[in-house]
Amino acid sequence: MNNSYITAYYYDEEELLEGIRQIKEKGVEILDVMTPFPVHGLDKAIGLRRSRLTRVAFWGGTIGALIGFLFQAWVFTQAYVINFGGKPFFAVPSFMPVTFEMAVLFSAFSMVLAFLIYFKLGPGAKPIIYDERSTDDRFLLIVKAGDADETKNIEKALSQAGAEGIKHKA
Amino acid sequence: MENNMFKLTKKLQTIGFAMVAIGLLALAYGFIAGLGGDRIIANLHLNGFYFMSLGLIGMFFVAVHAIAESGWQVSMQRVGEAMSYFIPVGGIIMLLVFLFGGMHHLFEWTDEAHLDRILLGKVAYLNQPFFYIRFAVFFAGWILLAWMIRKTSRELDINGDKKYFNKLRKYSAFYVVFLAITSVISSWDWLMSIDAHWFSTLYGWYVFSSMLVTGFSVIVIFTFVLKKMGYMQHVNDEHIHDMAKYMFGLSIFWAYLWFSQYMLIWYANIPEETIYFYERLKYFDTIFYMNLIVNFAIPFLLLMTRNSKRVFWVVVPVAVIIFIGHWIDLYQLIMPGAVGHEAAGIGFLEIGLTIGFIGLFMLVTFYGLSKAPLVPKNHPFYEESLHYHTNY
Repeated sequence: MNNSYITAYYYDEEELLEGIRQIKEKGVEILDVMTPFPVHGLDKAIGLRRSRLTRVAFWGGTIGALIGFLFQAWVFTQAYVINFGGKPFFAVPSFMPVTFEMAVLFSAFSMVLAFLIYFKLGPGAKPIIYDERSTDDRFLLIVKAGDADETKNIEKALSQAGAEGIKHKA
Repeated sequence: MENNMFKLTKKLQTIGFAMVAIGLLALAYGFIAGLGGDRIIANLHLNGFYFMSLGLIGMFFVAVHAIAESGWQVSMQRVGEAMSYFIPVGGIIMLLVFLFGGMHHLFEWTDEAHLDRILLGKVAYLNQPFFYIRFAVFFAGWILLAWMIRKTSRELDINGDKKYFNKLRKYSAFYVVFLAITSVISSWDWLMSIDAHWFSTLYGWYVFSSMLVTGFSVIVIFTFVLKKMGYMQHVNDEHIHDMAKYMFGLSIFWAYLWFSQYMLIWYANIPEETIYFYERLKYFDTIFYMNLIVNFAIPFLLLMTRNSKRVFWVVVPVAVIIFIGHWIDLYQLIMPGAVGHEAAGIGFLEIGLTIGFIGLFMLVTFYGLSKAPLVPKNHPFYEESLHYHTNY
């Protein structure tokens, strides 16, 4: 497997989008783009799929709501039956706040966990810094490198498109 | 080049007047069939308030986005402005209802000879002169501010001067603050005082959230109709996506307020409060549960995914369902108190009269639309509105 890549940065988003267009024309695979702020149209330009985090949120929320509801139903009808002011033991309205909160909690936690796991983040994770300028105000483009000849071509194309600080990492 | 001036065609007028005729027919049927003054008056009051509140929200849509300086709504804000033409019409209908029997049939506190101790304690607020003064203040404020916003918006369209944009923001801020206070107080006056012994502190927000979600749904319906007629072709998935987000979020907000009110009363179980829900659960149980399913479960489930929010053929039917659902909501707010379970019902009177009001509302809104270009091309955010796009 060839894991080497080339990084290059641009000064503003117009240059970046133009650079991406030119790189894609050459058929070079774009691995990632890092920007200091959200850029309009970038998702489309690099062909990013829509996030699947919403599904995690939905199923996390559903599971949380079910756990919250069923637990209360079990506690108040089976495990620890107490008469609260003459209300029925299986009192759905009074279960609702806890059910709702559990749905919110589980949906939020499952999203955070899914995000951390998918991107291998969290406590103790080693940060990957492709180029130090990307932590400041530059728009970093990371493309896949080929063999020696190809890499030269890509680097040439990148610098023609106005990119700077081109680095090749094996 | 698409036509930017809406024309109120003969065909539309015929449809509108035919619907109004159905409404009048239903009203006549109500008298002939002897359905009783309570039921006829309560229906007129229900529809008068319902459609008047749509006008209020039409203007609220314009005002709140003007304050927020957002851009995406510019392409459809004329619909909201046109809806606000109904505020005075609805006001006249409500005034006529109150003057000709409404006070007596709707509100038990007007029967001054037979007030009990609780109602005597409320006389300082619930008395007829003060009621009419409040009525006058509400409508004077709403009509005046709506008129000023419409006028400024039109001047902005002609000149495109920043001066008018700032003026628009100023009036909009006045309108939003005024509506925030008056929508709550007016809901006490016109709806909560039907059950004069009962009270709830979040009633005003509950009614307002109901008005809000219906008003935005009706803006969607009008936009869709206009688009089908060949106007406003620039309104696309992105704008509908944002409107659907409003409908989705506000439906949840409405359900949240509904539940907050219901659960506290259910849990505390104080007789003077519980009687309100006791009546509705015992005699109006179908309406009561339908209210929740139609106004919460359906919008919540159908509008949850991103894809369904971007399709007219999902959003518009849901908007229609919300429109019907909140009519039912208002029905269960008014009817148990004003008519009682023996006389109340849903028949030709209710349906026909509502169709009549829809026709009237359509005519007034289309008239409003024909008064100005459909798209304010000189609005500073017009261009932004065309290029608007939302990701999630």
